[in-house]
Amino acid sequence: MEAVFAILVGLFFAASIYLMLSRHIIRILLGVVLFGNAVNLLIFTNGRIMREVPPIIAEGLDVPAGAVANPLPQALILTAIVISFSFFAFLLVLAYRAYQEIGTDDTDGMRVAEPADDGLPPMGY
Amino acid sequence: MIAGPIAAADWLVIAPVLLPIVAGAVLLMIRHNVRWHALLALVVLAAMAGTNGLLLRMVLDKGPVSMTMGSWLPPFGISFTVDALGAAFSLTASIVALVCCAYSVRDVDATGRRYGFYPFLMLMMAGVSGAFLTGDMFNLYVWFEVFLISSFGLLILGSEKAQIDGATKYAILNLVGTTLFLIATGYLYGTFGTLNMADLATKAGQIGEAAPLMTLATLYLLAFSMKAAAFPLNFWLPASYHTPPVITGALFGGLLTKVGIYALLRTLVMIFAAERLVLAGVIGWVAVATMLIGALGALAQSDIRRIAGFLVISGVGIMLAGIALGSSGGLSGAIFYALHSMLALSALYLLGGLMRQRGGSFSLHRLSGLYGASPILAGLAFIVSLAVAGLPPGSGLWPKVMLVRAALDVGAWQIAAAILLSGFLATIALGRVFILAFWRVEVSGDQTTTAGALSALGCTALVVLVLAMLAMGIAPEPFIRIATTAASGLLDASAYVHAVFPAGIGS
Repeated sequence: MEAVFAILVGLFFAASIYLMLSRHIIRILLGVVLFGNAVNLLIFTNGRIMREVPPIIAEGLDVPAGAVANPLPQALILTAIVISFSFFAFLLVLAYRAYQEIGTDDTDGMRVAEPADDGLPPMGY
Repeated sequence: MIAGPIAAADWLVIAPVLLPIVAGAVLLMIRHNVRWHALLALVVLAAMAGTNGLLLRMVLDKGPVSMTMGSWLPPFGISFTVDALGAAFSLTASIVALVCCAYSVRDVDATGRRYGFYPFLMLMMAGVSGAFLTGDMFNLYVWFEVFLISSFGLLILGSEKAQIDGATKYAILNLVGTTLFLIATGYLYGTFGTLNMADLATKAGQIGEAAPLMTLATLYLLAFSMKAAAFPLNFWLPASYHTPPVITGALFGGLLTKVGIYALLRTLVMIFAAERLVLAGVIGWVAVATMLIGALGALAQSDIRRIAGFLVISGVGIMLAGIALGSSGGLSGAIFYALHSMLALSALYLLGGLMRQRGGSFSLHRLSGLYGASPILAGLAFIVSLAVAGLPPGSGLWPKVMLVRAALDVGAWQIAAAILLSGFLATIALGRVFILAFWRVEVSGDQTTTAGALSALGCTALVVLVLAMLAMGIAPEPFIRIATTAASGLLDASAYVHAVFPAGIGS
């Protein structure tokens, strides 16, 4: 089971890195969202996949009676999902604003902060 | 489970994070009453600096201290573990933030306050302190994201065209960097089954060849080098740090790259010590390239803020050199340099802001005649330049001396040469700023600049930073002692581990 997931994670990474290498912000953003999901799947697989019972400890016991599923990766993923979701929402708004202000989503054309004709400092006076 | 009430010392460990989070929430609730924002932020940052100072004293007296959340025993609960390294970084960061906050009172206008400059500042400081104090890898990731999202807010405050352009590049590249960090942490958990740093530091030595530790160490190096802006992952920094108001640049340039350096020290030196040794050659050449690219970039710029941005990168290279050397001398040099660099780079940005106030521009083409206009500013600029370039009596000298000596001890001539050469190039870059902006007589025929008076509060803020740098440069012994304690705590993590597991691991 882990092997299948590992291949899937690899495909996710390949697709997201391909998209992020694009010049266009919107493709980069699609790559970013895939990248985040690839990581979530990776953490899930790293926690070992098993079809055990939910990690609920019966009343009166301090430790679970038998083998239970590992709850920690799910907690980690939940945190990571919330974070990557909020970042993605922010990035979408930012990219839209950048498109409105600068008029392009081509990163080669986004030279407002670093103008191409920014000359050298004065050599003397 | 841990029974009983929480000890007072435990509250102290968490206070530098708790204070800004609560203050950030309160500031959001009173966001329409902008009059109180600056005052509340100043009080809270002063309290943060105070608690950090107490924490540092406690750590220096008694060794590392640890507290674990929610009454869970480590490694199951999330630990906050403070050693000399974390406390010293956290204290310096809160002092820099306090000074920057004082400067911002005159600099941030009503619109900036209404859109949340101070809440963002508070939450960014919570993230920065949390990163310095936490003892858990995943928790470190969460604090990275906390200060990252707050820094996005600070960066686009004002919504200028250039800001949005810079913020797009900053946001995407930093998000990719922290996602790489998360990938590494996912593998780390899969390999070790634990995320507690003290637990990891112990198990990394025992697990041996059975696990892909080189992969993990390299991934962490990649992720944190991106955050620290090391060559060739530095391009987001000069694209973005000069776009927001100068106060934001001062905070970012002073604090954020150092969090990356701190995380590198924690992971590569403390946890993956054997793997760092294998990577030392790579890190060394990356450090050399970062130093020289940063210094050469600073030479080619005409905007003071962009010069400062490239000097931030150059400083990152110097700290990486210490990590590459890995000896006690090299690491203490890097730690001392990080403390110096937080003060010096913030001071450089604030200086740029004051030069803009008096001379009406950030550009070296426009600035002129400031020596006659404001001799006090010229004096401050002179000392700040010396400190940033690493010349006496500034604070940059001693850490560089320590690093060069550590490099020559092991025959790493390229690192020693790069430190000296980058310092020389930085001296030229800053010397040119001084010659053009201060000594050059008034440029005629340029009426577009709007010169004004210096704000007394802004000058006071810069004077405080300059005095701190002079103290570091003239009486470096206490700082060297702190840096050496921090470095030995990294090289031998037994005290750190003992603070988290007083009874030994597995008991």
